[in-house]
Amino acid sequence: MTSTKQNGEVRIGYFVCHCGHNIGATIDVLKVADVIKNLPGVVISREYKYMCSDPGQEMIQEDIKEHNLNRIVVAACSPLLHENTFRRATEKAGINQYYFHMVNIRENASWVHVDKAEATRKAIDLSRAAIQRVFFHQALEKKQVSINPNVLVVGGGISGIHAALTLAKAGKKVYLVERDPTIGGLMAKFDKTFPTLDCAACILTPKMTEVKNHPNIELMTYSEVEKVSGFVGQYKATIKRKPRYIKEDVCVGCLDCIDACIYKDGKYYDEFNVGLSKRKPVYIPFPQATPQLVVFDPEACVRLKRGKCKETCVEKCDRDAIDFDQKEKFEEIEIGSVIVATGFQIFDAKKIPYYGYGKYQNVYNALEIERLVNSSGPTGGQVVMRNGEVPKKIGIIHCVGSRDEKTNIWCSRVCCTYSVKLAHLLKELSGADVYNFYIDMRTPGKGQEEFYNQVMREGVHFIRGRVAEVTDWAAEKEEQGKLIIRVEDTLIGVVRRIPVDMVVLGVGVEPHSDADKIRRLFNISCSTEGFYLEKHPKLAPFDTASDGVYIAGGCQGPKDITDAVAQAGAAAAEALALIDKGFIEMEPNTAFISEDNCSGCKSCIPLCPYTAISFDEEVFKAKINEVLCKGCGTCVAACPSAAIDQNLFTNDQIYNEIDGLLKYEIV
Amino acid sequence: MELKSQNDTWKPRIVAFFCNWCTYTAADLAGVSRIKHEPNVRVIRVMCSGRVDPQFVIDAFVKGADGVLIGGCHIGDCHYIDGNHKTIRRFAMLKRILKDMGIEDERFRLEWISASEGEKVKTVTNDMVEKLEKLGPLGLPKKFIAWDEEMNHLELEISKPKEEIEHV
Repeated sequence: MTSTKQNGEVRIGYFVCHCGHNIGATIDVLKVADVIKNLPGVVISREYKYMCSDPGQEMIQEDIKEHNLNRIVVAACSPLLHENTFRRATEKAGINQYYFHMVNIRENASWVHVDKAEATRKAIDLSRAAIQRVFFHQALEKKQVSINPNVLVVGGGISGIHAALTLAKAGKKVYLVERDPTIGGLMAKFDKTFPTLDCAACILTPKMTEVKNHPNIELMTYSEVEKVSGFVGQYKATIKRKPRYIKEDVCVGCLDCIDACIYKDGKYYDEFNVGLSKRKPVYIPFPQATPQLVVFDPEACVRLKRGKCKETCVEKCDRDAIDFDQKEKFEEIEIGSVIVATGFQIFDAKKIPYYGYGKYQNVYNALEIERLVNSSGPTGGQVVMRNGEVPKKIGIIHCVGSRDEKTNIWCSRVCCTYSVKLAHLLKELSGADVYNFYIDMRTPGKGQEEFYNQVMREGVHFIRGRVAEVTDWAAEKEEQGKLIIRVEDTLIGVVRRIPVDMVVLGVGVEPHSDADKIRRLFNISCSTEGFYLEKHPKLAPFDTASDGVYIAGGCQGPKDITDAVAQAGAAAAEALALIDKGFIEMEPNTAFISEDNCSGCKSCIPLCPYTAISFDEEVFKAKINEVLCKGCGTCVAACPSAAIDQNLFTNDQIYNEIDGLLKYEIV
Repeated sequence: MELKSQNDTWKPRIVAFFCNWCTYTAADLAGVSRIKHEPNVRVIRVMCSGRVDPQFVIDAFVKGADGVLIGGCHIGDCHYIDGNHKTIRRFAMLKRILKDMGIEDERFRLEWISASEGEKVKTVTNDMVEKLEKLGPLGLPKKFIAWDEEMNHLELEISKPKEEIEHV
């Protein structure tokens, strides 16, 4: 296995890429090619403008044939970008793809260094290391692993719903896990959607019903993913089913128990109406909740809290669906791939005290207004403030918790257009005078700028300037009893005080405060702001560094419904591409044990995170199960007798890389 | 060798082992974002920082590196569950061995750099280069030559005829 010259005399072809000016402007590519030409084993050393282009690849293939090359080194961009391209080219020319090695002189050198001589020297060092490394390369075969066609979709908002439906329609079994009692997510709380003003419920609820009724979707609401193990194609997930205290298969959603509850009126925070109304201990989140099942709140229900109650609800339920003895259940499911669509949360406006949210009762956040203007909302669509009055003048403040060094620096993308939408709806419903306070109007996307123009024509005022403060301190008589918005109108260069009755805060979006939990379960990285990190910001915005785990919607970054749905569809298609192939090809970077050298010390066994190493008591030697090995190489580094080695990263390869890197100065 | 004469002033050379999933990706991000930093680091890609055999580190110093940097995922973020925990243990052990070899603390560094921390690649690199520039060359290969000479000399001393030593 460790024979270094598996295929006779080593004949290396070295190819260095200019990448246009990307490499060529900083690194003296000609010089690099010239230096490498003289190294032992190198038969041919070439430079080319674009190595990854078709002519570039063909050049490599022709050289392989003409010069009988059996090792290929390409110095260009990151192997994470083009390694596969060149491996394929190598394979096409008839030699095993693992005789190829890639040197990163773009991301690791030309793009990050200014000193041309130093960058060139670095490129030479890295190339020399690769030349020395490929002497020890071997022919390897990709291993194939079968794939479980079932998919887990985490999050039942619009992204999760769309992804689940796409997969289900393609005939795949989908587990849709949602932690709330109903699917629908944030979109279910909206009244109208911008820029077309179609009603959110009208376009969302049919999809929710479709999810519920689809034979291929197993809907797990009021549930959370607790544990995940395995790897692409063969994941196992443990789902925690929280008790509703209702037999899900018996309850028909007649809601009689809610009427029968000993509480005559709602007393507890209503999550769906974001606190604008109160609910009872037994409740259904909203009329079209899917599934149509009631939930008992264990923190509120007298029977669940104290164990004693008149149980008027049980009395009333003629189907005997109520079960106060229900316990948390754990279900294990097997899936091959995962789509994470956990969404975002809105910014907590209390973090900006000078806007008065939580201090003045007539300061609202945008989500509260979504409920307030909703005909099925707490006021039946009447714009009535907490003090019972109809506002005559309304101020909408943009960029609350967005584009702000003190809170969140990013643009939340949706707030400008939803603020315009809320301005339109509030004006329409209450007849009030509406003022928008913005830093810049950002209404990109189809139809959004037109919508902004339309609302401007309707007579909504737009004032450019970041609001300094919302206060109830009146400077003049007519300001008394009002909320005063202090702002610099930057278009006329005047500081203004605008008294209004109602203030709406256009809050931004941010990652869920507990996004880290899901992130760790699926081993997804996150960007600095905490949104889940995609594999490539442009070419793979739905993929993650964990194979078989895809992301969609607001968990990846701020986006509107349109973009969330598009990304969910892309993630579903990506999962389908994986499933329909039937098997996955894995990098053959597994560890292997040379039995002759194994002393049977068992040092490696507890190190393996995948329990891939076992001990054969009869021969007193360790054994690695190739199927379980994921190729981290931790055991290799720990073996005291160097009996373990790792394909693609063998000790010989790495020692020679080190040697090659440091050779330029022989003292 | 080929470029030696071009610039005679000494510059520290750092061998870095970056894990494929976090730090190597971060270095790529630094590249894509054009975050300029010192050109002294030479990266060797490994799948996990747990693959870094202590012998690799010692070997790099022996071959003439002035510093060795290991980059891995933050604790809890390891692509292989807990490979980086093993790296910490080896790091602590190596620190003691290197100290006994007379290799200063600043020459060997372990950093957790996640895939989104392109900026950190720059900060760590520049900081390490600055510290190594202050320390000067390690020159272990030269020291080995000196130590070998010393050993040879001692061996010669011992192999001298006994009576001569007795006279001393």
